[in-house]
Amino acid sequence: MLSMLPQKRFDLLDWFFFGALFAIFGISLLTIYSVTSSTPPSFSNMPLYLKQFFWILLGMVVFTVFATIDYHESARFAYPLYFLSVFLLLVVLVLGREINGAQRWISIGTLNFQPSELTKVSTLLLLAKYFSDHPPGKGLNIQKLAIPCALLLVPMILVLKQPDLGTALAILSIFFSIVFVIGFRSKFLIYFLLLSLMIVPFIGQVLWGGLKQYQKDRIITFLNPANDPMGTGWHIIQSKIAIGSAGFWGKGLGDGTQSQLKFLPERATDFIFAVFSEEWGFMGIVVLFSLFAFLCWWGIDVAHKAKDLLGVLIAVGIVGILSFYFLVNAGMALAVLPVVGVPLPFVSYGGSAMVTNLGLLGLLLNIKLKRFVLFH
Amino acid sequence: MKERYFPVEENSEIQTRVYLFFGFIITILALYLIRAYDLQINQKAYFEGLAENNRMRIVSVMPSRGIIFDRHGIALVNNIPSFNLYAVRGDMADPSAVLDRLSTFILIEDIDRIRKELLLKKEPLVLTKIKENLSLSEIAKVEGHSSDLPGIKITAELRRNAVYGKLAAHSVGYVGEVSKAQLKLERYRGFRQGDRVGQSGIEQAYDSTIRGVPGKKWVEVNVMGQELNVLREEKPVEGDDIFLTLDLKLQKVAEEALGEEAGSVVAIDPVNGEVLALVSRPAFDPNSLSEGISTRTLLPLLNDKSRPLMNRSIQGQYPPGSTFKIIMGAAILETKEADPSYSIRCNGFMQFGNRAFRDWKKEGHGSVDFRRSIVESCDVYYYQMGNRMGVDTIAKFANLFGFGKRTGFLLASEKPGLIPSTAWKKKRLKEPWYPGETLSVSIGQGYVLVTPLQMGMMISAVANDGTLYTPKMIQKVRSRRTGVNQDEPPAKATPVEISKETLGLLRSALTDVVQTPQGTAFRSKSEFVPFAGKTGTAQVVVIKKGDDRKKKLAKEINDHAWFVSYAPLEKPKIAVVVLVEHGGHGGSAAAPIAKKVIEAYLVPDAPTHPAETSPKANPVTVEG
Repeated sequence: MLSMLPQKRFDLLDWFFFGALFAIFGISLLTIYSVTSSTPPSFSNMPLYLKQFFWILLGMVVFTVFATIDYHESARFAYPLYFLSVFLLLVVLVLGREINGAQRWISIGTLNFQPSELTKVSTLLLLAKYFSDHPPGKGLNIQKLAIPCALLLVPMILVLKQPDLGTALAILSIFFSIVFVIGFRSKFLIYFLLLSLMIVPFIGQVLWGGLKQYQKDRIITFLNPANDPMGTGWHIIQSKIAIGSAGFWGKGLGDGTQSQLKFLPERATDFIFAVFSEEWGFMGIVVLFSLFAFLCWWGIDVAHKAKDLLGVLIAVGIVGILSFYFLVNAGMALAVLPVVGVPLPFVSYGGSAMVTNLGLLGLLLNIKLKRFVLFH
Repeated sequence: MKERYFPVEENSEIQTRVYLFFGFIITILALYLIRAYDLQINQKAYFEGLAENNRMRIVSVMPSRGIIFDRHGIALVNNIPSFNLYAVRGDMADPSAVLDRLSTFILIEDIDRIRKELLLKKEPLVLTKIKENLSLSEIAKVEGHSSDLPGIKITAELRRNAVYGKLAAHSVGYVGEVSKAQLKLERYRGFRQGDRVGQSGIEQAYDSTIRGVPGKKWVEVNVMGQELNVLREEKPVEGDDIFLTLDLKLQKVAEEALGEEAGSVVAIDPVNGEVLALVSRPAFDPNSLSEGISTRTLLPLLNDKSRPLMNRSIQGQYPPGSTFKIIMGAAILETKEADPSYSIRCNGFMQFGNRAFRDWKKEGHGSVDFRRSIVESCDVYYYQMGNRMGVDTIAKFANLFGFGKRTGFLLASEKPGLIPSTAWKKKRLKEPWYPGETLSVSIGQGYVLVTPLQMGMMISAVANDGTLYTPKMIQKVRSRRTGVNQDEPPAKATPVEISKETLGLLRSALTDVVQTPQGTAFRSKSEFVPFAGKTGTAQVVVIKKGDDRKKKLAKEINDHAWFVSYAPLEKPKIAVVVLVEHGGHGGSAAAPIAKKVIEAYLVPDAPTHPAETSPKANPVTVEG
């Protein structure tokens, strides 16, 4: 697949990027293997790590496709995609209400499709295109933010109604990333935003800690009724135990007692970070964080060198949403953030997220490759 | 990094913010790393402990204790299922509240003590017993509210069950929680608090055989502490069964014959030294002691003045009284101090120094030879003979018959009794021996102390013509795993260095004690089986001159009644010793009991046991 790409235009950083990405795939497959190998695969039931492997292959195809399609071409479909995703979200909401309270899927024949994945991509393209079409000049002010905010809120509210807090916050993170990079007119606002973003996890923790348990439960239940408030604390404790008991070197592949004895919930998906940490310890976390930080740096480098504002904003939005997922998931496992069911990008088992995330990376690569092209 | 070919407007500001954005992400990652470091390095031990307790618990699987049978295979002690209620401190967020809630469903005795114990529990996963032997309705109530009672669990366990209650209680003993003091002993190495071990009797003496080896179960538990599934199991090794030499029927007869009196009955097979019956009264109920919360039941027994926990057969040390004349007789004949035909004149007392040593028969026995001295139990004869032989000669012969030292019986805390000598007195009391004291010893008074079991072995040796056995109470051990019976070695036999002639003369005299009208036990003569014996009436307090001890003596200072006997006269099959504490005369208080035991053993079909005896309080049925 990669041979389809113009490899001679890759620089050293790009090769390191592929190395880091494949290392994270390796972590994903090993960890999924370790938590699911105990359940023997049946004829109809392919082992989960194998499924994940095929999702990675499919994701790489999508990655290659997005890497070869000019991002300006992609951005041209921003509005149609945006309205399509809003329409699909409405369909899901209507159908979902008839079936049960938390339906996120549309079934077309045997194919299951999750419109919220499309929503993320379309909102990203839409916001980047809007701001590059309407350059804010000396910075954003309230008037200039009104339309993008309205465009943002429609899909966000629809996603929240599903209810899917994770995706709603992810869409919000795209918005914040883009808005942050564009900058506000008032210097004060910039610093205020920067400062507040920096301390959000800690202020949030303090505010959150100050609430009574029943209030917390109410908030969580309100935002995400699918989450069992009684179960939440249990999962957090188990995750902390899993990570804490691992020590510096971890317990080794498949030897994580917390994971193997199923004290951890959602071991292949939402809590895969805890499983990985239990097996590989503090060293593993350092390695995983380094790999992810490198991916981020590569994305930031792409944004930095992008030839136009559209490229910068798309790149920043992509880095923003992937970082959001990574930080929220790891923060949840480390018990510094409340439980929000989001996957760890490129590691958690899940086809939709894998394909979407790799598509976004493909988009990033395209932005990088297009920086030398004069005309499109 | 300045390789921009198509700079955008305000590129430098946006570029700066792109880097700032990266800085923001890296900052959070760094903070996460600090968090991970704190969890994984600083708090590692804490979380390791949690993980270990979390993932699984190791639960001991107690083996069922071996069953204790009598010599005919009738179970004396077995195991019955019992549902017990436990609390696991580690699974309870608020133990006190859970206890309070629990107490609204079922009655919990001693709730304050349990609450305290629970709250002070150092090991959170060690079980605290709340209640034993739950009824079905209690089980239903607890199970029905189990979701409101985290950390409360019901466990089906085997409870030790003495089938016949108090019967042979001292021999079988009881099972209880290992005490803190015991845990410090080498013998209880590897035991944990809450483990149950034999605390007396055979349960204690053969604990390692009966107990088996506990197994272990690695279980996965959920947040309520309930077992989800068993990960691994080491099966316990069941305890082995024990067959005693005790004869349950005989034991029952002996216990009933002794009735409500305090005392002891010992029945020995003189042929092989096997203990056929071993009674000590008052007794305790092993079942009440075998319950886990033992302090409640044990303390009253420990404080009971009648000392029901004491096994009088081996721990009771009594002056032997006139039964000691058997030893004296052997000494006299063996030392040739007197010919059997040598007679003395008994006037009812013997003047020694300034003190008159009185005979039990005030008017005296007249002319008394060896045979008559035993048959009529003449004290004056033995005063004279004892005085002539001296205390050390007496001690030598007493020691030959096993007195003054432990018999070597398997049950714990056997007492040695006491046979005084000049050397002993000098050593222990730092005083010289006074000749007058020899006279007291001659009639089994003074410093002399014996246990009923010692007496049983002595009279067995007389009956079997000179073999002193170490009493044997275990017949065989049956392995639960293989079903193979392992016979215990025969009782250790020591020849008593007494001539056959002397033993023959003694037996002849002992026969006449029961069989002739002059004999002190003639009134207990059996119409079914002839037996031989010797009465004893051991003074508890020294009766001063002029006292009439027959008159209204309080029960506590009434004499101990002894009777030692064997039957039949030729080739004896049973030796019986009876001691009735404060029973009065041996002939009237002890001999009838021995007679019942002998008859029950030798002529079980006899139309026996006259209706004179009152209906027994404890109707015990002998069934398999």
